[in-house]
Amino acid sequence: MNSLIPLFIILPLATAISIILFGRLVKAFQKALPSAVLLFLTGLSFYFILSWDSGIYKYVIGGRGPVGNIPISIYFVLDGLSILMLCIINLIGFLSGFYAISYIKKYTGENKFYALFCLMITGMNGVVLSGDIFNLYVFLEIAAISSYALVAFEVEKEKLEASYKYQVLGCLSSFFILLNIGLLYWYTKSLNIADISRIIESSANKNLIIFIQILFIAGFGLKAALIPFHAWLPDAHSSAPSPISSMLSGVLIKAIGIYAIIRLFFNMFDITYEIALLITVIGTLSMVIGVLLAIGQWDMKRLLAYHSISQMGYVIIGVGIGMLILAKGGNRSWAALSIAGGLFHLTNHAVFKGLLFLNAGAVEYTTGTRNLKELGGLSGSMPVTSSTSLSASMAISGIPPFNGFFSKLIIIIAAAKAQYYLLTFLAISVSIITLASFLKLQKKTFYGKSKNRKLKKIKEVPFTMCFSMIVLAVLCIALSLLLIPGIRETIMVNVVYTLINKSNYLLILSDI
Amino acid sequence: MTVYLLCFVLFLVGLFGVLTKRNIIKIAIGLIIMELSLFMFFALIGYVDNGIAPIIVQEMEKAKFVDPLPQAIVLTAIVIGLATTSMLMAIAIRLYKKYNTFDIRKIANLKG
Repeated sequence: MNSLIPLFIILPLATAISIILFGRLVKAFQKALPSAVLLFLTGLSFYFILSWDSGIYKYVIGGRGPVGNIPISIYFVLDGLSILMLCIINLIGFLSGFYAISYIKKYTGENKFYALFCLMITGMNGVVLSGDIFNLYVFLEIAAISSYALVAFEVEKEKLEASYKYQVLGCLSSFFILLNIGLLYWYTKSLNIADISRIIESSANKNLIIFIQILFIAGFGLKAALIPFHAWLPDAHSSAPSPISSMLSGVLIKAIGIYAIIRLFFNMFDITYEIALLITVIGTLSMVIGVLLAIGQWDMKRLLAYHSISQMGYVIIGVGIGMLILAKGGNRSWAALSIAGGLFHLTNHAVFKGLLFLNAGAVEYTTGTRNLKELGGLSGSMPVTSSTSLSASMAISGIPPFNGFFSKLIIIIAAAKAQYYLLTFLAISVSIITLASFLKLQKKTFYGKSKNRKLKKIKEVPFTMCFSMIVLAVLCIALSLLLIPGIRETIMVNVVYTLINKSNYLLILSDI
Repeated sequence: MTVYLLCFVLFLVGLFGVLTKRNIIKIAIGLIIMELSLFMFFALIGYVDNGIAPIIVQEMEKAKFVDPLPQAIVLTAIVIGLATTSMLMAIAIRLYKKYNTFDIRKIANLKG
């Protein structure tokens, strides 16, 4: 298992480079290769999660062990959370890449699209695997720069503007993160996450640590588009081509935003009450304001983008409540339940939000518009899109037996058990508003009658697009099986317990 | 200590430029200033008074060395900075071709 870890970075990187070199010579090569590679990586990550024995694996580049207790090489670390994220990234990446085979035909420069797509996957896999903060920054920039280029891929007025806005805010957040890395290196003389964690545990300078933590929240909050930092998200996510929107909203904001926050605040810093409270408040704000902004939208992808902000709020409050309970020294099993709810919702959100953006892309592909006022009555002519979109809408608004219901239920139960009744109330009411918003989307797009005559002649989208949407729609139901006792213990609970036991993560510092 | 503070002031100058300027090229310049201040900060972290380059030859086993790791970090960060800056400039040129202006008040189409 150890020696397989670098494949997650080498394979997509090699794919990207070989597409740039040989893509023009062989046309079929550039279409088939990304999907094949990502399918292989998906299989590998599912093999990891099934054979995982709650241990922590590492791959040391160059193979040099620590010299006198100081780790000098670059570490790749594979623990439960990393494996879960790898599964999400590569699965959604494979389905989006397969969907793109038909969708991207209308654009020029297909080989550049696939190369940038593979680079983005490389960056995200690298962020999830690296056990070294500077290495994390480098991979984060690889993912971010390729996503800037992909947002502007259609090179129209609005797309360029969205990309510029995204780049300015993305650069700012990268600088905050780089400044933090400098400060941490200055203070601890180390870059390894586990080593830093060991050093700042025994340190006296609490003020600097608090400064660094707040800057990290600002930096990664900008990448994750939590509410005071959300301005770029609706523009960027609605401007990108649909398979990319699905990657950005389904995976990128989680892999380089939420994942980094969880990893650093659980495994690098000690959890303090004030920081936990700050994270929970930001999560609550995102959850409530995101959904309120989504109500008034008439552009299909913009509406979905605002819902992404709101659903990320659920993930953050799930994690934040867990941190609050841990900081107060409360019942660890309730903390674990709350964090498991957050991570479960993260997984589910990747699936249903990815699917909803693919649906929006299918609607745009056939009708040429995504304005809800001009659409209507598509359910007869596009049965696959309509039914998959219905299942994703029910999953996101929390209707049993879809997966979104169970993860929201866990978060709400945990909030009630921790006696945050206001949060419980807000989480329930936001879920109801989400349902209302998605009823509007369903009615205006797929049901009712359209005034537009052109809409009657359209056909269903091609096979590759249908395939991706159907697989994701099946997953929307199948993921609720993760909650069944037996499967729950082997995956979710295990992931959470390896995450919250900080001493576990320090084990990677022991010999090779 | 003064030099660290000056470095932080330079960071804030860049941030001020990004927040207040209305011209997309000037915003990009603000970002570049922030980036350069960070590179200087990294170079300062590794600096040791009277230190020499960390190349070990037999005569200087007891000499003082500067810390080489921040220098390696700066080199990597400069390459990343090159990529982000060229990406920003490419988009700025395309924006100018579409709108014939650099003023962000005239470019703002996306709202809500």
